[in-house]
Amino acid sequence: MKAAPFAYDACDSTTQALALLQPRAGDADDALLLPCSGTQSLGPMLNLRLSRPARLVDLSRIPALNAVTRQGGRLRIGAAVTHARIEDGDAAGVPDVTRGLLPQVAAHIAYRAVRNRGTVGGSLAHGDPAGDWVSVMTLLDAQLLIAGPSGERRVASSGFYAGPYTTALQAGEILAAVEVPVFSDRARWAYRKLCRKPGELADAIAGLWFDPALGVARAVLGAPDGMPHTVSGEAAVQALRDPVAVGLQLDALHITDPVQRGWHQAMLRRAWLDIDTASP
Amino acid sequence: MTPITLHVNGRTLRADSEDRTSLADHLREQLGLTGTHIGCEHGVCGACTVQLDGAPVRACITLAAACQGRALRTVEGFADDPLMAQLRAAFSAEHALQCGYCTPGMLITAHDIATRLPQADEELIRLELAGNLCRCTGYRGIVRAIQRVLAERLSLPTR
Repeated sequence: MKAAPFAYDACDSTTQALALLQPRAGDADDALLLPCSGTQSLGPMLNLRLSRPARLVDLSRIPALNAVTRQGGRLRIGAAVTHARIEDGDAAGVPDVTRGLLPQVAAHIAYRAVRNRGTVGGSLAHGDPAGDWVSVMTLLDAQLLIAGPSGERRVASSGFYAGPYTTALQAGEILAAVEVPVFSDRARWAYRKLCRKPGELADAIAGLWFDPALGVARAVLGAPDGMPHTVSGEAAVQALRDPVAVGLQLDALHITDPVQRGWHQAMLRRAWLDIDTASP
Repeated sequence: MTPITLHVNGRTLRADSEDRTSLADHLREQLGLTGTHIGCEHGVCGACTVQLDGAPVRACITLAAACQGRALRTVEGFADDPLMAQLRAAFSAEHALQCGYCTPGMLITAHDIATRLPQADEELIRLELAGNLCRCTGYRGIVRAIQRVLAERLSLPTR
């Protein structure tokens, strides 16, 4: 239960981090160079020796990656912003532009002691499909900003994941920020997840987001075994009030176990109840 | 080995550590602060919870090297803390421990609840405690101890 040896470097800037993530003379051909931040997912993997990097490059102290800035209709959240800061909102310099969605999701990730270290970028780059941000950023069609040796590139969340734990990040690149849309006053949302114990990773996730001012109607179904599944467009999403239509989506997700299907149906049913009973 | 300087319980302590060493191991093995207990070593049980820059964190999945230059407070560092004195007395009065293994982490988490959520009801206390496992008490005494402290503090005259 102790991590295998590795080297560790903390960085002050993205430029320094990108340089440290380049292979050096003397590195083995298969040397794994990993960016890290709060180590709330990586730490257990290191201790269990599921991950054996040669070198860790800590991004958590880079000021640019801790910054939160509003740019027109989008909020750019630095990758090293912790779940706790998103939970605490304005008091922690993270304005809520989502009518409570991001703070509520953040507040129910793991436990406060984990949220104080774990980061939104770490969670997204780790790509555990049972993690909340993976489903939420897919629901919001968020943009992921990736920094590499040749500058910054932008990938929509729909194109970021090839599968569980598999992202568009190339070796030597880091996730710099995530951009979420600013909701209008007419936006409504619901987010429900099933956990066997509070704070555990979810067994089933359902999210709904309607914003008439932005012309958005979207739903997400998240499961531990595959990447989140989205449905968009008012008619298609409204059709998910019918359990039979939901069943077809679960077929597309290859969720065949009747118990698991029941969990997803229940989460979506509760999400609709939240939408229908929310104050306008 | 890398020299690591930490501000622990008000003292600046410098000790060498391997890059792979967790904060929990560094505190216990290099600094001799064995009040921080190690349980699961993968962030589930909460026994190793300490304060980093005033906020509770898991010491078993935080690297010691990542805490370079930062302020830590372990259970040993609360001797003069009035809130922790209240919590200790309440844990004793409400039988909130038997073997005591989880207690350092429970106290740090309870301190955070009382500081951050002074109006918490039983349901919220239980939710906030979900990240700290106790295999002796069944949690009833722990929840009551925290409720007792919150009630005492709410009934204090306005400060």
